[in-house]
Amino acid sequence: MRTVFIVFVKEVLDNLRDRRTLGTALIMGPIFGPVLFAFVINLSLERSLEDAERTLELPVIGRELAPNLVLYLKSQNIDAVDGPADRAAAINAVKTGEHDVVLLIPDTFGKQLADTVPATIELVSDQADTDADRIARRTHRALQAYNRELAALRLYARGVSPTVLRPLNIDEVDVSTPSGRSAMLLGMMSYFFIFATLMGGMYLAIDATAGERERGSLEPLLSLPVTRDQLILGKIGATCIFMALSLALSLVSFHIALKFMPLEQLGMTPNFGPGVVLVAFLLFAPFILLGAAVMTLVASFTKSYREAQTWLSVVLIAPTMPILIVSLLTLRPKMEFMFVPSLSQHLLLVDMVKNEPVNNLHVAISVASTLFFGALLTWICARLYRREGLLG
Amino acid sequence: MIKVEGIHKSFGKVHAVRGVSFNAPDGKITGLLGPNGAGKSTTLRVLYTVLKPDAGSAHIDGVDVVSEALRARRRIGALPHGSGLYPHLTARENIAYFAHLCGLDRSEVDERVDEIIKLLEIEDFAERRTKGFSQGQRTKVSLARALVHDPQNVLLDEPSNGLDVMATRSLRRLILKLKDSGRCVLFSSHVMQEVAALCDNICIIANGQVAIDDSIDGIRKRTGCDDLEDAFVHAIRMVGNE
Repeated sequence: MRTVFIVFVKEVLDNLRDRRTLGTALIMGPIFGPVLFAFVINLSLERSLEDAERTLELPVIGRELAPNLVLYLKSQNIDAVDGPADRAAAINAVKTGEHDVVLLIPDTFGKQLADTVPATIELVSDQADTDADRIARRTHRALQAYNRELAALRLYARGVSPTVLRPLNIDEVDVSTPSGRSAMLLGMMSYFFIFATLMGGMYLAIDATAGERERGSLEPLLSLPVTRDQLILGKIGATCIFMALSLALSLVSFHIALKFMPLEQLGMTPNFGPGVVLVAFLLFAPFILLGAAVMTLVASFTKSYREAQTWLSVVLIAPTMPILIVSLLTLRPKMEFMFVPSLSQHLLLVDMVKNEPVNNLHVAISVASTLFFGALLTWICARLYRREGLLG
Repeated sequence: MIKVEGIHKSFGKVHAVRGVSFNAPDGKITGLLGPNGAGKSTTLRVLYTVLKPDAGSAHIDGVDVVSEALRARRRIGALPHGSGLYPHLTARENIAYFAHLCGLDRSEVDERVDEIIKLLEIEDFAERRTKGFSQGQRTKVSLARALVHDPQNVLLDEPSNGLDVMATRSLRRLILKLKDSGRCVLFSSHVMQEVAALCDNICIIANGQVAIDDSIDGIRKRTGCDDLEDAFVHAIRMVGNE
């Protein structure tokens, strides 16, 4: 035990003095997540605000034929401007992307309206183009509203209450809480935490085998009167400490960053206070051992530092796979998922952020299963550290 | 005292060591001499227990290097070929790390590290981080690291590689000091003159086998060559012709 501690202390000291290790553990991992996250949030915020607030310029053919409609659109923040020359030109303009949407008012419009027969107007758009489609739908909504208003006026004129046209009154009750809406977007937080955790220990994991070998310090080390198990345990221990540090910093930096993000405007209030941060740390902590063991294991098969770096970047992606699959299929947390490391942490974190009750049995399974895999891989690492081929 | 009996070691199809036997007594310097790739390093690696022999046995002060590897390691100080240091640690920290790992008491470590720093004349750069050290400085620190627990048996794999004249001289002085204090020194080299200048016994290895194991005079006699270099070439041919 004393030997393990000596190795541990030396590795920690050694790596605290290494700018690259320190940079990835203390800066890269913790900063990367919040920055990327803030970027995505701001992007989606901009888009949603854009829709309601920005004045839409709508090219209209035959503007002069429907002055009241144009006035109504104006009240809906849609400015009618002169459109292309004719229908063919309009279709062409939409096809080429010159205009997103063109409204076409035929010469017959005024007469049909006066005769109270359905007055035809045409809305030209490309529905395959999502951006244009949003504008088309906004225009369509405005036209529908104008349609209802005209209908109501006509019924009034005939002494009929417009409510006869509304046999149903549909009230939508949205049960999603503001915290719940955050979960979708905040679901990607868990990956940032896993990423930061792994990054924190990456260079230490490489150093334990490939690094020591490349530097020529492995052979003298192995000729000392200590067992290789003691060496590898000390090294994995040091790797874990750096990973824990990186995880803690990343959680705290997220906690701080969320305060500065205008999430309320998106109707989100993530539940990520100091208490949740602490619980999240404890929840992700078992993953540290597993991550350290996996990285050390992968690095031990490589011939050089560079090769180890290449392989470990693959390891950084691996934990996203289960998260990605479950997110795509929008599966609810189930008992079976709790046996899968990284996935179980993700699902439990999402529940916490949504401010939903967390199933204690699920937590227990997640912790036990992740620790089990961590211990198993550590054992395999130690076995591999004993083989002769380690010297390369 | 080191005793090697008929060790074999293969790496895949390469039969690197084919039945090497020799003795290296206390208070003597024994040289493993041979061309590159002769099996010197592999033999030494078996002795400092990072490799297990396929056949044969080796004992350090009577301790078997395979069945009692940990006990054997306590009795040796090894300088593997191309030993590296931890660049972010100072020379002193590098040495102290090994001292701690060798099981020295905390109080003992400082004292012993000071001693070895003095012995190897590395006071001037002991407090500096080893990043950017010259080859000579690195070898000295590696050697200090290997000797810090005061081992009875010292194994040096090509220690003079890349050293300048001054550094080689101080290395030689140190090896002679170790001999005078009754240590068993075993070192490998491919440089004839170096081995001739230091060794009491020379074991010439070629092609994974021992060509000759004798004193310098004995080798001269047996090969019939007065010049040591000729004797060396002659001995290597003897194995090659088999």
